[in-house]
Amino acid sequence: MIDSAPAEFPSFAPNGSAAVRPTARPRRWSLRPWLKAAPSCVAGAVLCLSLGVAQAQGTLRVAMTASDIPLPNGQTDQGAEGMRFMGYTVFEALVAYDLSSADKPTSLVPGLATEWKAEADKLRWTFKLRPGVKFHDGSAFNAEAVVWNLDKILNNKAEQFDTKQAAQGRGRIPTVASYKAINELTVEITTSEVNALLPFQMAWIVMSSPAQWQASGKNWDAFLKAPSGTGPFKLESYVPRERAVLARNAAYWDKARVPKFDKLVLLPVPDASARVAALRSGQVDWIEAPPPDAIDSIKAAGFAITSNVYPHVWPWHFSRLEGSPWNDIRVRKAANLAIDREGMKQLLGGMMVSAKGMVPPNSPWFGKPSFEVKYDVAAARALMAQAGYSKDKPLKVKSIISPSGSGQMQPQLMNELIQQNLAEIGIQVEFDVRDWNALLANWRAGAKDPGTKGASTTNSSYFSQDPFTALIRHVDSGLMPPKGTNWGYYSDPEMDKLFDGVRTEFDTRAQLALIQKAHEKYVNDALFLFVAHDVAPRAMSRKVKGFVQPQNWFLDFSSISMD
Amino acid sequence: MWSYLVKRLLHALPIALAVTVLCFSLVHLAPGDPLSAVLPSDASQEVVDSVKAQYGLDQPMPVQYLQWLQRALVGDLGRSISSGRAVSEEIGKAIGNSLLLAGLAAALAFTVGAALGIVAGYRQGSALDRVLSSLAIAGVSVPHYWLGIVLVAVFSARLNWLPAMGAGPDGSGDWSLDQLPYIVLPVITLAAMPAGIVMRSVRALVADTLGREFIVGLVAKGMERGAVFRHLAKNIAPTALAVMGVQLGYLMAGSILVETVFAWPGTGLLLNTAILQRDIPLLQGTIFVLALFFVGLNLLVDLVQPLLDPRMKRS
Repeated sequence: MIDSAPAEFPSFAPNGSAAVRPTARPRRWSLRPWLKAAPSCVAGAVLCLSLGVAQAQGTLRVAMTASDIPLPNGQTDQGAEGMRFMGYTVFEALVAYDLSSADKPTSLVPGLATEWKAEADKLRWTFKLRPGVKFHDGSAFNAEAVVWNLDKILNNKAEQFDTKQAAQGRGRIPTVASYKAINELTVEITTSEVNALLPFQMAWIVMSSPAQWQASGKNWDAFLKAPSGTGPFKLESYVPRERAVLARNAAYWDKARVPKFDKLVLLPVPDASARVAALRSGQVDWIEAPPPDAIDSIKAAGFAITSNVYPHVWPWHFSRLEGSPWNDIRVRKAANLAIDREGMKQLLGGMMVSAKGMVPPNSPWFGKPSFEVKYDVAAARALMAQAGYSKDKPLKVKSIISPSGSGQMQPQLMNELIQQNLAEIGIQVEFDVRDWNALLANWRAGAKDPGTKGASTTNSSYFSQDPFTALIRHVDSGLMPPKGTNWGYYSDPEMDKLFDGVRTEFDTRAQLALIQKAHEKYVNDALFLFVAHDVAPRAMSRKVKGFVQPQNWFLDFSSISMD
Repeated sequence: MWSYLVKRLLHALPIALAVTVLCFSLVHLAPGDPLSAVLPSDASQEVVDSVKAQYGLDQPMPVQYLQWLQRALVGDLGRSISSGRAVSEEIGKAIGNSLLLAGLAAALAFTVGAALGIVAGYRQGSALDRVLSSLAIAGVSVPHYWLGIVLVAVFSARLNWLPAMGAGPDGSGDWSLDQLPYIVLPVITLAAMPAGIVMRSVRALVADTLGREFIVGLVAKGMERGAVFRHLAKNIAPTALAVMGVQLGYLMAGSILVETVFAWPGTGLLLNTAILQRDIPLLQGTIFVLALFFVGLNLLVDLVQPLLDPRMKRS
């Protein structure tokens, strides 16, 4: 038997604060001033109406960037934000993240499973389930429920199979071949190939209540009206596209993580200006992703800005097809040395971390690459001269960029700075601006797709939550489109061998060494233009106490209390 | 009248169909993938292709269109790709919110626009006329979304008098007076442009009609001002009504930006979301319903006009 201890996540040094320390009470919107300014009869009526709008104590109101409420079906939608606010609040997975600290590395910890291990054949995994856990409807969480939930997304013939949840979850566990309940609290999962990364992948798969689905007439649409998971919050009400109210689950199995406030209200507000206005008018207590140019004014108005580095990278992904100028390592290194990342950070109001690789420099996965990604224009020009280019004889490249998009930070501003920086060393950049959805479609289709239209780079920000999403998926030769998202068709047997090692090494120390080597190769070969890591800024009112922003895409609400 | 009604209805059908064909083509010509909303962003092309087949999006465009049209003709507008909810259910809820917003904005815009237009028309060339005309031009020229953002910045963020977004403390639904503060700013923002247009139109109509011989004759005969005004109003009403009818249509269909700025859960916000998510069934359904609404509204105006002006009576 091979033990697989909860694996360690990237270690990111704290770069921002976590606790909320605003300095002055933000304004609450009220109609009283209106009373003074308008005819008393009209104003009086409006005041009476406004009083009904006041929020009770103990309610945390969050303005999300999503345009709809994440579906409360279990395997929710709306990307990482959906999992953050619905996936991991109402529901839970067998494997969880320790999100309790802003300072220490995020790691996998037991969730609905208390332990897991790979058997000697390295294909069969045993998950021991937590005893005594109940779904919100009162039914028991057990091995049958796990099998039922895996069927929900993997077995097209199961009556509970849900196309929407399958679309979200199936791709997360591509190697799961079969599964069965061994006893009430033990599940065995068999993978189609050796996959030491299974615990990371299982952290995505959350559990819905089979009993509640039965009670909903075996209908997922009906289940949405009264969903049931095992999480620290229960869904109280759900108005599609408008709001969801989650109520504290006092009977939550982990008493240390029972929420300290009564209700969590989720509001979809995709427009950044509307989110800021909602915060400043007191309509919400927390907004996701305030725009950088509003951060100073938000701070000045007495609100807190929190941020922390997390597994995200904002790069230029190079095409490595025949004829691509980026096949020359001198050009790739020169580009990496030409970017004024500190200048970019100032432009973004400090809301970024300069990238020196695919993961932040203080991640345990970073390793010790020999090539240092820094701002050195002279060295960059020298490399370009060796490659036969200069400002007078520039290299012309075309890059696909987007004007906005999830995780894209401020793409136009950042890309224009890159364009200027690269021009200084003899790289003339032409932009092919596409909306985010179109950029993603091309990213999936790959650089060979006719829709690439001669571009040799694409600018998609990446989620790097685990070794697969951080490193493997971008450059594994087995993951070229349509099988995967190796957009640039990079292929290097040495890198493939490292990835095979990462997938098949169950000793976490040895696995970590392989991940480091792979990342060192990423940096030493300058495989991408490494630009920035986002720091997930959030703005909050002073009523929000005790918030800890972990180095992760997901959050733990258990430390929060409301004034 | 009945034959006219049938004729107009028959004319409306090809218009509605043409709108759906145009919309369908434009949506498909735009780059991007409708499945982005239901798949993780890092899903491979292989996964995308398999899910595309499940949703029938791998069929040729004409086949997809005909399948949609076949269902739409019996009232089934399909299901939203992103939410999985019935499109008719989504539109039904949103259209109620938009009608409320557009109705109140129309009431405000038409009342203010008509009143100021009449005053300006009577005082043509005066300082008051110039001030009111300038206001009307400002109303017509100021972009909706800019005005909305300014109103929010002043009345919500700065003064905290009114809410900045949303349709009520508990969302939309069973309408109550609690929701009134939420609608004030969107209504003012949405009313600005039609108020300006109606004001300019009414002003021109009043000024023109006041110069007509029959008005001069009535005044010369010593008719009271009130009675003269009634004659004036009857004469300008049909044209003013036509302008208002068109504006009401624009208020319904043209509120995308206003609803987005205020996160107002109407058809505008629904359309915006559908466009960004490439949610083809939702986009198709919403535009189809709005097109029918627009055509229906124009038909209604055409039918009401003869009631106000017997000269326009059709056989």
